[in-house]
Amino acid sequence: MNPFDYERAADAAGAVTTVTDRPDAVFLAGGTNLVDHLKLGVAEPGLVVDINRLELTEVEALDDGGLRIGAMVRNSDAAADPRIRRDYPMLARALLSGASGQLRNAATMGGNLLQRTRCVYFQDTSTPCNKREPGAGCSAIGGYTRYHAILGASADCVATHPSDMAVALAALDATVVVLGATGERRIPVTELHRLPGDRPEQDTVLEHGELITALELPPPRPGASTYRKIRDRASYAFALVSVAARVDVDTAGRAPVIREAAIALGGVAHKPWRARAAEAVLRGAEPTAETFLAAADAELEAAEPLDGNRFKVQMTRGAICTLLAELTGVPEALPESTTEDTHE
Amino acid sequence: MGHSLHLTVDGQEHTLVVDSRTTLLDALRDRLGVMSAKKGCDHGQCGACTVLVDGRRLNSCLALALTHDGAEVMTADGLAPEGELSTLHRAFLAHDAFQCGYCTPGQVCSAAGMLAEAADNAPSVVTEDLEGPVELSEEEIRERMSGNLCRCGAYVNIVAAVRRAAEESR
Repeated sequence: MNPFDYERAADAAGAVTTVTDRPDAVFLAGGTNLVDHLKLGVAEPGLVVDINRLELTEVEALDDGGLRIGAMVRNSDAAADPRIRRDYPMLARALLSGASGQLRNAATMGGNLLQRTRCVYFQDTSTPCNKREPGAGCSAIGGYTRYHAILGASADCVATHPSDMAVALAALDATVVVLGATGERRIPVTELHRLPGDRPEQDTVLEHGELITALELPPPRPGASTYRKIRDRASYAFALVSVAARVDVDTAGRAPVIREAAIALGGVAHKPWRARAAEAVLRGAEPTAETFLAAADAELEAAEPLDGNRFKVQMTRGAICTLLAELTGVPEALPESTTEDTHE
Repeated sequence: MGHSLHLTVDGQEHTLVVDSRTTLLDALRDRLGVMSAKKGCDHGQCGACTVLVDGRRLNSCLALALTHDGAEVMTADGLAPEGELSTLHRAFLAHDAFQCGYCTPGQVCSAAGMLAEAADNAPSVVTEDLEGPVELSEEEIRERMSGNLCRCGAYVNIVAAVRRAAEESR
């Protein structure tokens, strides 16, 4: 680990000023990702600004019926919050799907959003990586790609965003509250993370020194919702594919009709992937297995899998269909795989 | 650069000067001689370094010591004050819940933290009713202990030991 200066921030504005003023400074929240990167040599800051004493630890009801979650609320505390369990079960389940009990006790809501990819080449400083060192090249392309992107990737980077929580927040239309040197701004969580393009080193739209102070959830929306994660072992592993979904079905008429659906995908892209094409197919349609498949296919039409992750196209299709069937009570009828024919 | 650090570890107070890079795990082992917390993977993946910080289980290898200035740290050793074994320790013994023992202090701390979390009705991802009371089924124990990896195949006995401790401390 390289030497670094250490400062404990007394308030959010001071933390922002300190980091803004020094290009080599970073915020330290729960440390579950940053301390690992310090050890690996992936991060080499000159100054670490510890924000663990900042009073951003409240979960508060908003006037509009939504919820404001302080950035320093620990993942385990958010998942155990009675209002989140009752009104946003998708978020509670996503939080509880992430990491381990020990890590969730340390990890924070703001830090979770800003965790970096677990691409093995990004974490191994002996291999070229455009995200770690712009212009170096990508070792993943042509390498081991089981955990890599099938949507939205570029010729420079195929890494995925590792957060479960962020996938649920994307489906919930949450807002990220950010404090910078010139004041506060609010960013829809779906616009916080970037696709890699030719600047994969920039994970988010945040400027250096901008601090996430809170997440805001809109009032609970109607319909059934949950989060489902598919991974290589039963627990304590990153997602191969995950789905956060909410679907609201109008059953008043002769045939049920989907009023509204919100779907976000994890493990498939450089950011939490809001599945707008799938949602458009679902809206106004009858909830049937065929509808769900058409929705999944509409989203996956753009999929560009790599040699090592072609299975994820069919896995994502299956995950979307299964979850929608569960949420609507429609019997599941997954057709035989056609992945190899249509999506390679 | 040295920074002053105050920690209470297993009931004993310590003041020491540490480098900014010092992890809580290294402060415990290399500076204070508290050897019950083990260094396994040193990257938060195995759980051997698990300790209770202000009552909550954490991976001490991923915690900078300075972040926890003023904290009360409990290790598996401290959970058995004066060598008096806790219900949890005795259950681990009764069920032969360890082989080489390297991961055991972390397993014991993690189990202690997990039992407290379950007693507070904090749900896990396998809890069917997120708002209901937590029943510590084998599935719940497995999920809640999944941050502690052991390569010697003693998982079955660890689950049995934790279950016994949960029943006895009810």
